[in-house]
Amino acid sequence: MDIYGWIQLALFIGMLALLTKPVGLYLVRVLDPMGRTFLDTALKPLESTIYRLMGLDPKAEQDWKGYTISLILFSLAGLLFTYAILRLQHLLPLNPQGFGPMSPDLAFNTAVSFTTNTNWQSYGGESTLSYFSQMVGLTFHNFASAATGIAVAAALVRGIARQTAKTLGNFWVDLVRVNLYLLLPLCLIYAVFLVSQGAIQNFKAYDTASLVESYTVQEPVKDATGTPVKDQNGTQVTVEKKMETQTIAQGPLASQAAIKMLGTNGGGFMNANAAHPYENPTPLMNFIQILSIFLIPSALTWYLGRMVGNQRHGWVVWGAMAFLFLAGVLVCWWAEAAGNPHLTALGVDQLSGNMEGKEVRFGIFNSALFATVTTDASCGAVNAMHDSFTPLGGLIPLLNIQLGEVVFGGVGAGLYGMLIFVVLTVFLSGLMIGRTPEYLGKKIEAYDVKVSVLAVLILCIGILGFAAWGAVSAWGIAGLNNTGPHGLSEILYAYSSATGNNGSAFAGLNANTPWLNTTLALAMLIGRFFFIIPVMALAGNLAKKKLAPPHTGSFPVSGLTFLILLVGTVLIVGALTFLPALALGPIVEHFIMTGSGRLF
Amino acid sequence: MKTTEYLKELRTALASVLVLVVILCGAYPFAVWGIGQALFPNQANGSLIQLKGKMVGSSLIAQGFKGAAYFHPRPSAAGQGYDASSSGGSNLGPTSRKLIDSVTERIAVYRSENNLSPQSPVPADAVTSSGSGLDPHISVQNARLQAPRVAKARNMSQERLRQKIDTYTEGRDLGIFGEPRVNVLNLNLDLDYGR
Repeated sequence: MDIYGWIQLALFIGMLALLTKPVGLYLVRVLDPMGRTFLDTALKPLESTIYRLMGLDPKAEQDWKGYTISLILFSLAGLLFTYAILRLQHLLPLNPQGFGPMSPDLAFNTAVSFTTNTNWQSYGGESTLSYFSQMVGLTFHNFASAATGIAVAAALVRGIARQTAKTLGNFWVDLVRVNLYLLLPLCLIYAVFLVSQGAIQNFKAYDTASLVESYTVQEPVKDATGTPVKDQNGTQVTVEKKMETQTIAQGPLASQAAIKMLGTNGGGFMNANAAHPYENPTPLMNFIQILSIFLIPSALTWYLGRMVGNQRHGWVVWGAMAFLFLAGVLVCWWAEAAGNPHLTALGVDQLSGNMEGKEVRFGIFNSALFATVTTDASCGAVNAMHDSFTPLGGLIPLLNIQLGEVVFGGVGAGLYGMLIFVVLTVFLSGLMIGRTPEYLGKKIEAYDVKVSVLAVLILCIGILGFAAWGAVSAWGIAGLNNTGPHGLSEILYAYSSATGNNGSAFAGLNANTPWLNTTLALAMLIGRFFFIIPVMALAGNLAKKKLAPPHTGSFPVSGLTFLILLVGTVLIVGALTFLPALALGPIVEHFIMTGSGRLF
Repeated sequence: MKTTEYLKELRTALASVLVLVVILCGAYPFAVWGIGQALFPNQANGSLIQLKGKMVGSSLIAQGFKGAAYFHPRPSAAGQGYDASSSGGSNLGPTSRKLIDSVTERIAVYRSENNLSPQSPVPADAVTSSGSGLDPHISVQNARLQAPRVAKARNMSQERLRQKIDTYTEGRDLGIFGEPRVNVLNLNLDLDYGR
């Protein structure tokens, strides 16, 4: 844990804090249909044209049910659109490598994955997808699902801020305005910066380089059906192959990488995601990419404060998030810097830490920071392979997802997830002091608590239910890359990532089987929509209530006490739910690794 | 809602997908392409290196050098190794026997290739595979340990080779971000062609 790491960490949190207000202020204007921005001259005519093409009256507001139905119909239309593209990519343009169609289960998994802002990838980008599939089929959802998340957060905040109201805004207007005024302009500048750093943006076929020095590799022999050939002893038969060229994957990467970070989507253009030198060539770009994950989620806490007329409440929510973020990154950094004791015993100098699955240009700190941030948020991009982290280093990303990704969180999803915990905190505090729980002048009643608990339970059911099923089924363990406790971690991580709509993986797990593709897709759908529906119900119910003026018995939600209670609620709910499962995975692996020489 | 309202919403949904696709998946990526190709053509096309009419690689992508006269990159788990059309890491966990076995083997090879004593420590990056399998860099310590071998094979003075390593050592970005590192392909090309 060197001084450069501390400087980078201080810069990171400092810049995030500084950007929160200006971006938050801009969000207030974007999320107000009448709001004026400096881009109005350029974009207002386009905005009106879009409404006309959609046959939409932008002034008509929707109640919570109407808003939710629009959201689901839009997601469904997008899902079918992407599924069709993936199945038909061999017939579509921009396919210089001539990739064939995706299998039905893989296409379903991928379409669901991008629709739900998960970006779980059972495929390798550069070996499976045409440029068209990436640029249209997937990038569409990178924008759309991010805007959908922000829309839900805005609807919930409106529900809190309004009184005796029936409506929460118009989903279509929020969708269009977020894309047009927020995501598109930011991404345009951002993507050009990425290109300047070395991210590629082209449409040519893959390049072939003549190697400076040719060399030989042992290539496994496969029979006509593609199954590996084995000799009598069961060892793989190999044949020597001379390598004289290197095929280098290309494509329109930068435009997709920009929105994948900013929209907390996380789906890599390349298989190695942001570890790939084309997707993350320099440490400076890496730092900006990590910052861009938190940019909008952080600004949304300021938006919350402004809209409910209690800026300190916004900052308290920000503070609770920042505390959980710092705790996570410090543990992860410490664990990875300590390295793998098995390698130390072999004579490896691990001053640079546990380097398996990490890039030299990033080193330990930037890998640990990326891993923590990408799972605090529901991003899921990776610049190092989480599967090869030390047990405690890998525990942090896993736990972050299981806590509900409420530490800044996904764009929109982080705020509405955290507000669910705010409602629970207010409720629990009310029980402790024996008063009717109240949140910002609104009584929190049985209905509000029920829908909030429902949202929390959905995560628990999706993660533990599917992971338990997978862990005792032949189809579940068939894809494992590691055995022993680490194997359980792989499968637990997969369903946590899917249900939490994160998308990162203990990527050794070969998830491209019909069973895993299908169950993971179901987990993603459950984790997305069965979380959003209770949130919208909560928003609708809160909007109906009257605002009571603050009185002496009101519970303050803007002080240090509330911050501590909120952090405590998040940790207790998460720990009670997931600690037993974690004990059998990363925690026991840690003690086996440090306490014995046992390998798996 | 009535059926007619659902149908109207569905129409709005379909129209919004199409309109957004045109802007976000058409205009936007092509704009980035146009600007990128105009302002940063080298980067946008993959930082490829042309030498004597041949494209010999990308300065961002590792190649699998094995000979004594070249600096060696980190081990690679991409495809059959250094496969830039199939990036990826080993994804082996810290208690994986396969990981420990392969690291043990790599340590033995590294020590014998570079004429190191059986007790001498080996830099972590030299014996672990990167996340992408295409990591173009090695640590400075790793480069310096390989230098005597390369110098001997090329009949070069160690002093000159050390200078070369220094030339191709990239510091932290802006003096702060990331780690110091040596670009293996650029360094090896310099040794071969003096570029």
